[in-house]
Amino acid sequence: MAGRFARVLSGNRRVGILSLIGAGSLTVGFFLNREQNVNAGANVRRIYPASAEYPDLRKHNNCMASHLTPALYSKLCDKATPNGYTLDEAIQTGVDNPGHPFIKTVGMVAGDEESYEVFADLYNPVIKERHNGYDPCTMKHPTDLDASKIKGGLFDENYVLSSRVRTGRSIRGLSLPPACTRAERREVERVVIDALGGLKEDLAGKYYSLSQMTEQEQQQLIDDHFLFDKPVSPLLTCAGMARDWPDARGIWHNNEKTFLVWVNEEDHTRVISMEKGGNMKRVFERFCRGLQEVERLIQEKGWEFMWNEHLGYILTCPSNLGTGLRAGVHVSLPHLSKDPRFSKILDNLRLQKRGTGGVDTAAVGSTFDISNLDRLGQSEVQLVQTVIDGVNYLVECEKKLEKGQDIKIPDPISQFK
Amino acid sequence: MLQVDAIMPFGNTHNQLKMNYSAEQEYPDLTKHNNHMAKVLTPEMYANLRDKQTPSGFTLDDVIQTGVDNPGHPFIMTVGCVAGDEETYDVFKDLLDPVIEDRHGGYKPSDKHKTDLNPDNLKGGDDLDPNYVLSSRVRTGRSIRGFCLPPHCSRGERRGIESLSVEALGALGGDLKGKYYALKDMTDDEQQQLIDDHFLFDKPVSPLLLASGMARDWPDARGIWHNNNKTFLVWVNEEDHLRVISMQKGGNMKEVFNRFCTGLTKIEELFKAKGHEFMWNEHLGYVLTCPSNLGTGLRGGVHVKLPNVSKHEKFGEILKRLRLQKRGTGGVDTAAVGGVFDISNADRLGFSEVELVQMVVDGVKLLVEMEKRLEAGQSIDGLMPEQK
Repeated sequence: MAGRFARVLSGNRRVGILSLIGAGSLTVGFFLNREQNVNAGANVRRIYPASAEYPDLRKHNNCMASHLTPALYSKLCDKATPNGYTLDEAIQTGVDNPGHPFIKTVGMVAGDEESYEVFADLYNPVIKERHNGYDPCTMKHPTDLDASKIKGGLFDENYVLSSRVRTGRSIRGLSLPPACTRAERREVERVVIDALGGLKEDLAGKYYSLSQMTEQEQQQLIDDHFLFDKPVSPLLTCAGMARDWPDARGIWHNNEKTFLVWVNEEDHTRVISMEKGGNMKRVFERFCRGLQEVERLIQEKGWEFMWNEHLGYILTCPSNLGTGLRAGVHVSLPHLSKDPRFSKILDNLRLQKRGTGGVDTAAVGSTFDISNLDRLGQSEVQLVQTVIDGVNYLVECEKKLEKGQDIKIPDPISQFK
Repeated sequence: MLQVDAIMPFGNTHNQLKMNYSAEQEYPDLTKHNNHMAKVLTPEMYANLRDKQTPSGFTLDDVIQTGVDNPGHPFIMTVGCVAGDEETYDVFKDLLDPVIEDRHGGYKPSDKHKTDLNPDNLKGGDDLDPNYVLSSRVRTGRSIRGFCLPPHCSRGERRGIESLSVEALGALGGDLKGKYYALKDMTDDEQQQLIDDHFLFDKPVSPLLLASGMARDWPDARGIWHNNNKTFLVWVNEEDHLRVISMQKGGNMKEVFNRFCTGLTKIEELFKAKGHEFMWNEHLGYVLTCPSNLGTGLRGGVHVKLPNVSKHEKFGEILKRLRLQKRGTGGVDTAAVGGVFDISNADRLGFSEVELVQMVVDGVKLLVEMEKRLEAGQSIDGLMPEQK
């Protein structure tokens, strides 16, 4: 919302502000003028130069650690977004968590939309590395939520057990989970459930606040596999997003239990469309319809989602920029998963495997969670099509191996279309 | 509007942003909470204090975050707030004074705390029965004036604290001569030895500590120093700047306390020689991160076998009258195993170090006496103590 920026700019300043109007979004850079404005306390705090504050990243293996040189730290460490979010806050999770056994983590988060601008010198190379070469400075991200463009999308249900598409959305003008105040978080909740209350027909549903749900409601949500719990992953807790739990957190879902929204977990909202079986086409159709309807409803009240043409939808973790979309299936691949070519096939199809418990789990038995690798640089339609084509190929491979036939590693598909 | 000079590079200090919302909108939901902070922090108090910050930028929400995130604890009534620097206790005294009063048995804002680290003033304590008293230990904490405390300090400050401490400890001699092991540099062998000695502290897992921000940047600038005899140990940058521990097997608490006082006094001298002093004032005594550790910051205790007494219906009452507290042998968050208890002083503030250790010595002596009586099938009714 422009309101926040207008308040900041018109306030009584004791320091010079440099205003930068970037393409597609209003950004404000802040430069501290220490001589003029530092009070006695701030002097005491800043007795150490940047070199003494630079984190020890020698044992670290995350994207932030790969790019945060002492010189870059020194350049950025005195800056803050208009809300007061700083570099040290953005990187705290990466400092506290040197690495992850399964994946190279990002190692930083955003506290607000402006973080991506104020600390662009660090976010941009991190984004480029994480998103396989996507360059925010020069490239534009396509958004396409027209589900009618999808071809195919009905999987063989002997193999595909369930289909799911998720993304996130942030409400412009309110800080993100690592940095938001209690009042802001409550405002996110209010705005979102107000909008969700306007959904109709197959999307009509109900909100369950985490702090107020009854034991019965809680048990039902657990049985439906809908309930999210307080984050335990140190990647999330070190970033500060679990503060004040469970205040202003909740779960909304439609009566049919096929469209679900998480409020104030890792992002302002996580939107999930899912069903048992292999009808990814219907899952994605509902996903697009629901998202567009929610967007229309918040716009009626003067709100909008955080989005810009370089980074697409703005979310807390740089890994979720662009579409924020993860479309996937739970699929049984007992033969293929034991084939030594499995990983290469997935790579070339631009797919990723996870255990059925989600990102931090390993597969159980031979049922895998298979989803798109990419988030940024391709549209929602393109990514879901990639998953559909890829999973079809995997199921074909599985069938061939079942019959004792051989399979082929497919040619790598192109990344940026 | 945003006051630029109050921006701090770490921690949840976006205080000015919160001023865009009313106090009611920001006030935490404490309806399910049971800690000292939640008992005291009314919406009115929150409204009065929320726009304040210490000179280093520590705010009310920083103070209370751990208490908001942790509604309660199964074994103890937690404090629910921490200090980010020495000035926290002054800037937020409207909140902390009643918390301190409630936590420290009625200690008033006008009360004065006595410090007494003269071990000669301790009577007895060298003859606790080692058949029952397995080990004796005294610990306290110290903060270096001028630096922010663990919830709020920057990496640079934390490293500064480490290097000052290592320098001071390096100058200790005699039976206090020892060595520093930085957590991030120790070899596997050193680590195993420290674990075997029960000296190694690990990254905090307690949500009480994590929520306050004191585990940031782990294990940077954290370490353990101990003397060659393994009877005097200093933790650097764990929950406080320094935790100082004197310990040994058996029941000679007098010796433990002697070493404790001697070591502490020497360390203080060494710091002063470099132009640094400990945070202390005549009202709060030694200033530490958690309000529960103010005053002496002292926990003097023993691991003692009390299988019979601990099952007695009046065990709780006896401990209360003796001003003692029980814990499991794993420390504050554990339960007792096999009838062996960690028994220590319940108080920290309003009594001197000598007085507190005297209570432990006298109290444990009585508890062992009771244990022996019950073992022999005799009654302990005649031994019931008065309220101290």
